[in-house]
Amino acid sequence: MTKLTINGELLTVDADEETPLLWVLRDHLQLTGTKFGCGIAQCGACTVHVDGQPTRSCVTPLATVAGRSINTIEGERNEGQFSVIQQAWLDVDVAQCGYCQSGQIMAATALLRDHPNPTDEQISNAMAGHVCRCGTYPRIRKAIALAATRLSDEVKS
Amino acid sequence: MSSDSSVQVRRRNFIKGSLALIFAAQCPAGFGAKHSPAGAGLLNGFVKIDVDNVVTLLANHSEFGNGAYTVMSMMLAEELDVDYKAIKIVDAPTTPEYYSPLFREYLTAGSVTTGSSWLPMRTAGAKARAMLLQAAAKKLNVSVGELSTELGHVKHETSGRVLAYGDLLEVIEREGIQPPDRVELKQSSDFKILGKPAPRHEAPGKVDGTAVYGIDIKLPGMLYGSIARPPVFGGVAAEFDPAVALAMPGVVKVKQIRAGVVVLAKTFWQAKQARDRLQITWNDGANADVSTEKFYEEYRQLADQPGLLAEDIGDSIKTIAESAPDKVFDATYELPLLAHATLEPLNCVARVTDGGCEIWSGTQYQSNDQEVISRFLGIPQEQVIIHRPLMGGSFGRRSSKSADFTVEAVEAAMGEEVPVQIIWTREEDIQSGFYRPLFVHKMRGCLDDAGMPLAWHQTAVGQSLMQGSKHDPNYMVRGMDIYSLDGCLQEPFGVFPYGTSYQIPHHRVESHNAPRVGYVPQEWRSVGHTHTGIAYECFLDELAHHGGIDPLELRLRLSKDHPRMQRVLQTLREKSNWEKPLPKGKARGMASRIYSVSPIAQAVEITVHDNGEFSVDKVVCVLDCGFAVNPLGVEGQVEGGIALGLGAVAFGQIDIESGRVQQSNFHNYSVLRYPQMPTVEVHILPSDEAPTGVGEQATTPIAPAVANALFRATGKRIRRFPLVSQGFKLV
Repeated sequence: MTKLTINGELLTVDADEETPLLWVLRDHLQLTGTKFGCGIAQCGACTVHVDGQPTRSCVTPLATVAGRSINTIEGERNEGQFSVIQQAWLDVDVAQCGYCQSGQIMAATALLRDHPNPTDEQISNAMAGHVCRCGTYPRIRKAIALAATRLSDEVKS
Repeated sequence: MSSDSSVQVRRRNFIKGSLALIFAAQCPAGFGAKHSPAGAGLLNGFVKIDVDNVVTLLANHSEFGNGAYTVMSMMLAEELDVDYKAIKIVDAPTTPEYYSPLFREYLTAGSVTTGSSWLPMRTAGAKARAMLLQAAAKKLNVSVGELSTELGHVKHETSGRVLAYGDLLEVIEREGIQPPDRVELKQSSDFKILGKPAPRHEAPGKVDGTAVYGIDIKLPGMLYGSIARPPVFGGVAAEFDPAVALAMPGVVKVKQIRAGVVVLAKTFWQAKQARDRLQITWNDGANADVSTEKFYEEYRQLADQPGLLAEDIGDSIKTIAESAPDKVFDATYELPLLAHATLEPLNCVARVTDGGCEIWSGTQYQSNDQEVISRFLGIPQEQVIIHRPLMGGSFGRRSSKSADFTVEAVEAAMGEEVPVQIIWTREEDIQSGFYRPLFVHKMRGCLDDAGMPLAWHQTAVGQSLMQGSKHDPNYMVRGMDIYSLDGCLQEPFGVFPYGTSYQIPHHRVESHNAPRVGYVPQEWRSVGHTHTGIAYECFLDELAHHGGIDPLELRLRLSKDHPRMQRVLQTLREKSNWEKPLPKGKARGMASRIYSVSPIAQAVEITVHDNGEFSVDKVVCVLDCGFAVNPLGVEGQVEGGIALGLGAVAFGQIDIESGRVQQSNFHNYSVLRYPQMPTVEVHILPSDEAPTGVGEQATTPIAPAVANALFRATGKRIRRFPLVSQGFKLV
């Protein structure tokens, strides 16, 4: 039995401790918003936050996250409202097939928290590990810029 | 989230048990007019309205990022006067009424969804609206002419009375109101939705994790399966010992199926762990010696032999033979195997019962899946029920003619009491043996005294996509696969009216179907153009260079009888600042193609460094896709096509040695990443012509455009791909 906090809720999971967090989320907790893409931390589709840090859940054994706080895409909506980043994703119409976007949004969310006005280089570094086969990269760029502007407006007001 | 639903909605109940009416779409001629077997007296149709005023669209095309659900709901909403975003979308049943009017199969492919939905979807909306107006007129005791519709309601202006569509259903039923035989569709000048930028219909679920893809299907008691596949395509497990696997936690069963040895377990991770421990002795079979290098050698030799003759305008052989030697040029282009690498790995859920079979599969091709499964199980097709969730990319991989990833799940589920979900790992996907075929194009051409191409002689060698398939009669012409020659021919060829906008006086194209060994040739976004586009457009660039003619100007002259391409190229020249000089180290290149009747051209600007690293700084793309139903969607498809095509030409390569695929995952099968993505400028030419495709068009020109720009920057012609194999690394 492993205890961990997921999207603010303390949960106990009955799974082998070597099981990657990805499959704990998907098969044990039915949180299927976090996606399987490569299994070797090469595509970013499985990205969640562990204690706030973007983490590839496909190579993160359950044992290593015991007692820690995990945020998944399902936790990004706040009281039903889209987060600023999610809303920017919708307004720019980023998603095509959409399969990578949970990971992209988790990465962008951490980026904008740590760098409210990210440089192009910071954006590139944060997003380079996230494969989008549909090629939504130009709109991801636009959505990050839009979200950054809105977040900075929020701070000002 | 309104567009998934395959899980919750049991289709038979949905139609029979609903209070709602299915409005007859009265589909245009050729769509098929049989009654739906599930419909019990109801006509087939695309639109359903419930008493709670929810409009449901039965979508007969797949959504894998292509925007099908958005354009279909826009078309319906425009004529029905409802909010397209509020329409609920479910997958239409796998019955002939829902087959693509073009393919006569339930298939989403060829960038034809928008074009072939254009009249059926709008007609369905307009006819439903006409019935609602008639019902409202009856109910209010006024004439139809006094009524108008807006956002799901009928209004009587004079009295101010408003009726929700859902409230008119009982009138329709009571009065027996039938759909009109004919209905007038809106003029484009009256469009409120069509032609305006519209965000993706199913986007909300794609930003909060609630969208349901095939891999997300969860059914009670479902087991997960992981398959140990043969290391050589077509191999068979000679023997295996299941004991170690069976002893592992969660494992329920280990069994051999045609695809390999499958482990069924309580979770996918348990299934995969046990699969990885299986000890299997493989019989490699006929493909043990297959090598892609040997393919190239064989194909080069074949290219020197006469092939089947696809087109012979004028006399290329004689013209070239009689031409001055310094006016004759040769080049051979070699294009590798490509994997599709959809980000959502292939997967399928199957439940096999005495009453039939039910599957949940992200598929482009469900009539074929149904046919293959019914044959496999020996049951009637209507007993194979297919639910189609969203797909995490497809690019052609999910239109499998053998239904490989679907029927294997059925096989794995046979004899089980519960549903079984097979999930592929990325390694299985990259090594699956389904690839864009490897091709060699031998090119020969000569110039006239003015430097214009006078004769063209091309010989294409590669495995055919269609040979021997049930599509053979439609897509093979005198033994040649029309896709092997995509965009290369000046005259009609099979179902294609023509291939290229260019007219070269002497034009000879030959084709060899390479032996079908080693792998399965599979459609890959933009199909034959993925290789023919590179060979044709790069060699044309070579001829332009030798003739001292600007490559864009050359294409304009060669396309003089194609007004739409003229307009595209002229716009490209202007928008790309084609004639403006660039500083040293930077260069431009361009290419133009026609696919699914849409002319498209792209110009790129690149920067090349001394060490061979280069960046693509900017792409200007001009296209004519007829009336652009959703300009926002068109731009997205163009950006995406460019990203896929650029990644492939830069890095894409599957190598087979001794029958074994050398690449396995994204670390050695590189794809385009964020930092490598160029700025893309899209210019959609305004048009009132019927809409044509955009899903695949942009994938093609980018590759030759970049190769042509690299020549301009470095003087080096690239004739073997990908670029990274020739020392040019995209950064």
